[in-house]
Amino acid sequence: MAAPRRKSKAQIRREQVLAAVNYPVDWLEERSGLVGGVKYFLFRKVPADTNWMQTLGSATLTAFIVQAVTGVILAMYYKPSPHDAYSSIQNITDHVTMGWLVRGMHKWGASVFIILMFFHMARVFLFGAYKYPRELNWIIGVLLLTMGMAEGFTGYLLPWDQTAYWASVVGINLNGTGPFIGPFLAQFLRGGQEIGGNTLPIFYSIHMLLIPGAIIGLITLHLYLVIRLGVTSPPWSKEAAGRDRSGEPSTVRAGLTQPVARGNGDSN
Amino acid sequence: MDEPHIPLPTLWPLGFAVGVVVALVGLIVDPQIVSPIGAGIAVVFGYLWARDATAEMRGHAVAVEPEMRDFGTAAPAAVAAEGPADTATKFPRSRFLEAATLGLGGVIGGIVTVPVAGFALLPGFIGQKRHEVDLGPVADFPEGKWFISTFMDNPAEGAVSRRTAFIRNNGLLGNLPSFTIISNRCAHLGCPVQANGPTGAILGEKNVVEHTKNGPILLRPVVPAGFGCPCHGGQYDTEGNRTAGPPVRALDRYAFDIRNGRLILLGMYSVTHVDGTGAQAKIHKYKLAGPGEHIDGIEQLLYPLQPPHH
Repeated sequence: MAAPRRKSKAQIRREQVLAAVNYPVDWLEERSGLVGGVKYFLFRKVPADTNWMQTLGSATLTAFIVQAVTGVILAMYYKPSPHDAYSSIQNITDHVTMGWLVRGMHKWGASVFIILMFFHMARVFLFGAYKYPRELNWIIGVLLLTMGMAEGFTGYLLPWDQTAYWASVVGINLNGTGPFIGPFLAQFLRGGQEIGGNTLPIFYSIHMLLIPGAIIGLITLHLYLVIRLGVTSPPWSKEAAGRDRSGEPSTVRAGLTQPVARGNGDSN
Repeated sequence: MDEPHIPLPTLWPLGFAVGVVVALVGLIVDPQIVSPIGAGIAVVFGYLWARDATAEMRGHAVAVEPEMRDFGTAAPAAVAAEGPADTATKFPRSRFLEAATLGLGGVIGGIVTVPVAGFALLPGFIGQKRHEVDLGPVADFPEGKWFISTFMDNPAEGAVSRRTAFIRNNGLLGNLPSFTIISNRCAHLGCPVQANGPTGAILGEKNVVEHTKNGPILLRPVVPAGFGCPCHGGQYDTEGNRTAGPPVRALDRYAFDIRNGRLILLGMYSVTHVDGTGAQAKIHKYKLAGPGEHIDGIEQLLYPLQPPHH
């Protein structure tokens, strides 16, 4: 019997370093299970022939995060009162360090967010990814699109210049022409019978508190359903029929193409 | 058939909801009459609902067949064998705590939500004040001349309440003065309508500025061939009748009064169309409606209720 080989000093040091690095991660994992949760979220099985098109949803999410972060920063310098709004925007653009950049990101990012939502929706539609059992996720997506549009509408007023003002007049009055509840909806949005001092803060509050909260909640549901139901194969995929590329029936990926089987606690 | 019957859901909550809706709508329509009726409906149905929901707890027999889902095949017999159980087994502590948690949570949620929702929704509808506008001496308006007049509807709010009206003194009708005062709010979607014609310096006339409680009143002389909207191209003649484009009716007008020789603007009203011109005009007037809302014809049925106006 040979005596167990003694570890070299370098080996011992490497193990100690590893343990020191792992310790906080293990500590967190033991107490919360978060590390496993993140791994479960990030390292899901997806069909082998997923497409670059299927990153459009993540791109939209990224655009939303950019909007949220730049919006929070802009809110530190923006003053939502009819007296100060326009001058505070000028201040952000001309005087606050890098203010022009953050405002520009928020302004152009808004269009990027909307455009990406449409591209993402087109991908889902053309791939048939809205079909059973993913109808609910399509519905949530439609709500997200509506909320995104509402963000665009309420955010447009905030610069409080002539374009913003009259575009919002037209937008509010468009709401006002809705049958039955239209006049009430318009009066709620205006905060009174005419656009006045209340309108801007109301739009500001809706733009930065009410709708973003709703969007975050809906995104959470959206992602939950993506994880629960899995990613769809492209329509030309052979795997979609439960087969791998050789044409032989596949047992490995059956759970992915039959999403109902997932989430029952007996797979994964 | 031994199909288990699922009891029909109680309908009282629907009546309760209707009552609450009527009470809330009543706050806008008529707080003195409609709201109490709605509150009454809500109380009656709420009582019936509560009585229904607590019937079991209070030991009354509930007229529904026993629920038999989820028991498998053997379970129905077991349920039947149990027979009339005493209150303790039928309504154990855990169910009481469950009901208490949900009930208390609902009450607390309601106590918090109702005032907050009221605060969120009602301020725009209640206490809307009419602002009278003092446009200065009537002598500033020579007979037959048009002026573009800008003023602050509510000086306390500042520039955001700046409004524009097109004003013409029509002279006397009988022994009463007659003015045509047209709002520049487009009847399509509310953009600022412009006078189609030369103003000020081109005419060789001076602008008039009067300082009243409504801030500096600017009167610009103008010779309009009509009025036009820059947003979507709605066109109107000098009486405010629609001549082209998307507007659904004529331009709104201001009611006016003359006190101590000063021209005072009162509230606004909506107009479908005007026959004739100037002092002889026959104005088909209606209660003020928002831009784009039909006030006559079959389409007026789309807007049966208006929020309270000043």
